[in-house]
Amino acid sequence: MKAAVIVFPGSNCDRDIQVALRQSMGSEPQMVWHKDADFDSVDLICLPGGFSYGDYLRCGAMSAKSPVMKEVIARANKGVPVLGICNGFQILAESGLVPGALMRNAGLKFVCRDLHLKVERNDSIFTSGYATGQAIKIPVAHHDGNYFVDAEGLKAIEDKGQVAFRYCGADGTVTAENNPNGSLNNIAGVYNAKGNVLGMMPHPERLCEAALGGTDGKAMFESLVAALS
Amino acid sequence: MSEITPEIVAEHGLNKEEYALVLEIMGREPNLLELGIFSVMWSEHCSYKSSKKWLKTLPTEGPQVIMGPGENAGVIDIGEGYAAIFKMESHNHPSFIEPYQGAATGVGGILRDVFTMGARPIANVNALRFGAPDHPKTKHLVSGVVAGVGGYGNCVGVPTIAGEVEFDPSYNGNILVNAMTVGLARADRIFTAQASGVGNPVVYVGSKTGRDGIHGATMASAEFDDDSDEKRPTVQVGDPFTEKLLIEACLELMQTDTIVAIQDMGAAGLTSSSFEMASSGDMGVELELDQVPQREDGMTPYEMMLSESQERMLIILKPGKEHVAKAIMEKWDLDFAVIGTLTDSKRMVLKFHGEVVGDLPIKPLAHHSPEYDRPWVPTPDSKDVKPEDVKEAADTTAALKTLIGSPNMSSRRWVWEQYDHMVMGDTIQRPGGDAGVVRIHGTNRALAVTSDCTPRYCLANPVRGGAQAVAETYRNLTSVGAKPLAITDNMNFGNPERPEIMGQFVGCIEGMRDACLALDYPVVSGNVSLYNETNGKGIMPTPVIGGVGLLENADRLATVAFGAENETLVLVGESKGHLGRSVYMDVLEGKREGNAPLVDLVAERRNGEFIRSRIEAGLLTSCHDLSDGGLAAAVADMALASGMGATVTKPASSSVPTTAWLFGEDQGRYLVSVADADSFLAAAKQAGVPAEAIGRTGGQGLTLPGGSTISVTELRETNESWLPNYMAS
Repeated sequence: MKAAVIVFPGSNCDRDIQVALRQSMGSEPQMVWHKDADFDSVDLICLPGGFSYGDYLRCGAMSAKSPVMKEVIARANKGVPVLGICNGFQILAESGLVPGALMRNAGLKFVCRDLHLKVERNDSIFTSGYATGQAIKIPVAHHDGNYFVDAEGLKAIEDKGQVAFRYCGADGTVTAENNPNGSLNNIAGVYNAKGNVLGMMPHPERLCEAALGGTDGKAMFESLVAALS
Repeated sequence: MSEITPEIVAEHGLNKEEYALVLEIMGREPNLLELGIFSVMWSEHCSYKSSKKWLKTLPTEGPQVIMGPGENAGVIDIGEGYAAIFKMESHNHPSFIEPYQGAATGVGGILRDVFTMGARPIANVNALRFGAPDHPKTKHLVSGVVAGVGGYGNCVGVPTIAGEVEFDPSYNGNILVNAMTVGLARADRIFTAQASGVGNPVVYVGSKTGRDGIHGATMASAEFDDDSDEKRPTVQVGDPFTEKLLIEACLELMQTDTIVAIQDMGAAGLTSSSFEMASSGDMGVELELDQVPQREDGMTPYEMMLSESQERMLIILKPGKEHVAKAIMEKWDLDFAVIGTLTDSKRMVLKFHGEVVGDLPIKPLAHHSPEYDRPWVPTPDSKDVKPEDVKEAADTTAALKTLIGSPNMSSRRWVWEQYDHMVMGDTIQRPGGDAGVVRIHGTNRALAVTSDCTPRYCLANPVRGGAQAVAETYRNLTSVGAKPLAITDNMNFGNPERPEIMGQFVGCIEGMRDACLALDYPVVSGNVSLYNETNGKGIMPTPVIGGVGLLENADRLATVAFGAENETLVLVGESKGHLGRSVYMDVLEGKREGNAPLVDLVAERRNGEFIRSRIEAGLLTSCHDLSDGGLAAAVADMALASGMGATVTKPASSSVPTTAWLFGEDQGRYLVSVADADSFLAAAKQAGVPAEAIGRTGGQGLTLPGGSTISVTELRETNESWLPNYMAS
């Protein structure tokens, strides 16, 4: 498997996902500077977390117009898998690659903590290493993760199984109490209609090692390696 | 140029004697620009004129020290070719005026001090002190400062892994925001500010210069009064996005062989950075101020030289390397301008529109700044509180519950969940432990970092309090298994022109010196913030210590969470039941009296070395130092961290009254859980370390002698609820 990590000015989880990919792939992902629209053909494109362009204007809004994103959008439309985490999810939403938008957290504060996600389906290239309905421990670290989509859009993604993860308790129950940011239906991650693009606020790359507090993130990268190698 | 009247001199914070020295150095009357430069360079903030005499007495050397005080930050050897570079710095005055920006730019400034030396910042720490919870400004200040610290640190992508938050009425008019950054560099790739090479270009990179922060350093060197809010325009505005670009661009530039010297523009901006570089290399410098990238039109030389606009660096390049540096800065969309050249004149010559607008000698200005031996009086001794004179708590468990639900003992989760403490993927001990711990990327070594100070001890007895602050960092680093290597100090005090305040400063320094010497734990960097007074009321003396330690094997990290059920709790160190100035007396008895506890530095070191040897050998399953709230608070923390209860029993051999035994704040102590108590106690005996079994882990509740049982769930609710409820109220 070959992977590329797009580095925007202000990305700050680029090294974190580089390490997670390296550990699962056994080889180095390619780090692509946002001004280099012309990068090698790869099996997976990752948009890392951070504060691209300082989150000025709107989170992800300026990066979505970056030269490299034209290429990312074109490849995604051809079916190349794309994973956007945190700020990467915001960029995907601003680019229109996944439905919806990320608003300021309902509590108006930045939230950094471990929480649980319910895996909605395990028949995707991103989640085959999990069981459907499994509660996995993955941290969030964001100020703008409050997922919103209009009523029609919400019905569509729910009906088509485009919800990837929901915030839940350790036992998998989805309640308002377990929602860290006010997102609709506790949505933590969504797929595009084709299922080759995943945007998610939580950071699976942060919990791939016991020393860091957990290993539940690892199965996502292993799922991708299994599907794309 | 306007004539310099006595009023103008006074507005620039210079007294008559200092102005006389200005005239002597200049050999003529300075113009306004030159006077402004003297004003910031000789401000307390930049010149350390009241504190220098005493700071010089601190130990700053050791085999681990690569560079001590005097550089932008201290540098220590951490093995395998790596160096840790760190410093703590205050942003107290601006944070009180404008909490979000004040705190944010405090974080930005300390990050620059560290990466300017070639280090990638890998951890942030902050020590925050606010007024009484019921003071009308406190909530607003807490909210703004925490959001500012988070807003900046989260955006630049450096984890905030440890810190302190304290409330006390003495900070009502002067909050303390002390930010620390730890960076990692190759030991043979350290950059300094020492300029050299006549004709070498002086280059400006980063953000454009605006009118913000003019005279910030002077503001930070004066007391506040009722009109302090009017100083808002002197607070700088931070742009963490630009800082992130600047970090990456500077670290990339440092990989090329182009830099002679580099210095961030911090307090007093272009003035202090250019003076420091030229002065440390004994050079002259000529600046063309027209070339300075400017944010707004019509800026005067005075404004440009005194602006404290953020995210700017000054670099001396090797000749002919401008194109290399320019290409890197352009890649990162940062401003780049050649604004001058180094000369051999040993003078600073400032030109604007082709005219010389300022001409000052460098060495006399930088090095002959006034130095005061301010009069001081020692702090009078406080009569101590005897353990047997304190009435026994009716129910010690109920007392513990009150204690851990009080403003200063309650959980700080509400604060640290607003900080990204995991970014960079190396945080192996998150906030909430004794010290934050990050791995050295790509290795199995780790750095532990903590900040500590107990101001109420320093107020009662500055000498004991100064030693205690150093010792507590030593203990916190030891508790996670790290060998304490060196400290940075952030000295926050009131008006040094008052002899009793100066006496507090002198006393704290004496205690710190004793502790540093006894523990082989030198000071490698620091910062002094004086004039923390409003309308003549000063803060408690607050010498905040930031300690850094090394774990050679990150797998040996010890934590406060109990390892397993039915293990033995062992109390290490001597318990005499010292209740003077304790949290118990303050919260439960409403009394702030007695002496600060004495730190027996010989025992401190011996006990610490013993604990570290047990951790290294894997012979204990959890470890926590004893500090505020004594044994009872420590065992509660451990129960909370593990979700497991414990039963504490007072040994029959102890003659200390139960309440004092549980809540006394004797120093040099640790609480550990062990699977094999007999061999642990035997080893302690052999090492000459006092240790006794005082209970067992297990169950759902915590039981104390002289008390009922409280469930861990109830403990948690009590401990976790105060701060969020207060902030939401």
